[in-house]
Amino acid sequence: MNRAFNDRESQKILDIIKNFARKNSLFILAYGTGCGAIEIPPTITSRYDAERFGIRGAATPRQADVLLITGYLSVKTLKRVIRAYEQMQDPKYVMGFGSCTINGGMYWDSYNTIKQLDKYIPVDVYINGCMPRPEAVIAGFVKLQQLIQQGKALGWKHYKENLEWYRQNQQKVIKNWRMPDYNW
Amino acid sequence: MNIWNLLLSAIVTTLLGFIIGVTYMGIRRKIVALAQNRYGPPIYQNFLDILKFWSKESNIYHGVMHHLAPLWMIAMAITILLIVPTQYGSKFFENLSFNGDLILILYLMPFGQLGMALGVGQTGNPNSAIGVTRGLSLLVGSEIPFIMALIAVMIQYHTTSVTDLVRIQQEHHTWIMFSSPFAFLAALCVLPAMFHAGPYEVIIAPAELASGPMSEFGGKYLGTMMSAGSIFMFAKLTLFVDVFMGGSTNWLWLIVKTFTVYLFVIAVGIIMPRLRTEQAIRRLWGWPLVFAILAFIQVALF
Ligand code: SF4
Repeated sequence: MNRAFNDRESQKILDIIKNFARKNSLFILAYGTGCGAIEIPPTITSRYDAERFGIRGAATPRQADVLLITGYLSVKTLKRVIRAYEQMQDPKYVMGFGSCTINGGMYWDSYNTIKQLDKYIPVDVYINGCMPRPEAVIAGFVKLQQLIQQGKALGWKHYKENLEWYRQNQQKVIKNWRMPDYNW
Repeated sequence: MNIWNLLLSAIVTTLLGFIIGVTYMGIRRKIVALAQNRYGPPIYQNFLDILKFWSKESNIYHGVMHHLAPLWMIAMAITILLIVPTQYGSKFFENLSFNGDLILILYLMPFGQLGMALGVGQTGNPNSAIGVTRGLSLLVGSEIPFIMALIAVMIQYHTTSVTDLVRIQQEHHTWIMFSSPFAFLAALCVLPAMFHAGPYEVIIAPAELASGPMSEFGGKYLGTMMSAGSIFMFAKLTLFVDVFMGGSTNWLWLIVKTFTVYLFVIAVGIIMPRLRTEQAIRRLWGWPLVFAILAFIQVALF
């Protein structure tokens, strides 16, 4: 009896059901950092209506599944982003908007922004463009849904396993690293 | 009536209450979306949300009370659903309805919120604390007209038992909403406040309070709270239908009646903008209280 429930096959079926629910119910925490924040309202309101896909705004990191980093990140903001990310409950996903999160974009030689978001928190889906239009944003969400369904959106696991590396990178840019003690 | 039968009917009632309540929430999201000229999510969206919260792999834990608050809420919701008579004259769905009367139900109703207030206190989030104070203020605001309306009904029919009220209505082929219209009006006016919907959603106010009491709850806790909210909503709708609209003898009729009432709540919610706390209380203690007093006068005179 017990073996039937711990069986790989039943685990697989359970995963399919779980992933189906996860994929169709994405609560987003829009961290409006750069210019990209302006593309979120049209995406989730009447014109493009992201709620069709079960995408809905979450008020706090605790309730959210997807963290949207919408544009360039200054070092000061990065600290808050890390806190918000670590407060989210697993499984959690990150989407990077625009070229600024991919390679620095037009802020490449700025003195106080980071260039590659990937080094500080794990990103599951990037959307390129400067700025990506709502169509592109929704395409990004559909891509994320595919990854979740296939069980490939595992950035959160990667973050936990390589925490040391991420912490090193984070502390390299954040000079006054004084994070409060909190449990995840 | 043996214990297995009781358990079975309790489980069936709870499941039905859960399914209907969650579907109502989904329909509400759909209607709100249509009113905003959107397609909106499918009506089973809330099931997926709850399932997703239940398949989260980490759940933040702040302490014992934080852990107990959602359990408290769901226990209260199910208790009230079992005490409120869902089906008049049905032996199977009798549940606890002959053991509890209106006064017990009125006494139990705020318990979920109070348990939540304790749990929220342990998370230490200031937004939650503000949300809870607002919630308790609104509770005082809505309970007083509602209880006065119910007391008027109780005096008029010389009974505190909900089952008796349903029986009287079924036997005389009338609804209390016609025989004591003022009590009905008073209860109807405070109904949106009891659902924390419509103009009275100042408690969760996502944009200013970060969803208030729920802001520190995630994962399975939030999933449990959403289920509890749905069950509790259906229990309250059933109570309203039982007291004022003649109860029902089958599930289909119950669904039609409760959904009509819920449609009213949704419509008010779509039309009216959010009120501030003091505005909400002023409104709740305005006309509803006048109607409740008129209900008393009606009872005294006729
Ligand atoms: S990618 Fe372009 S639009 Fe987006 S934050 Fe950078 S500069 Fe702004």
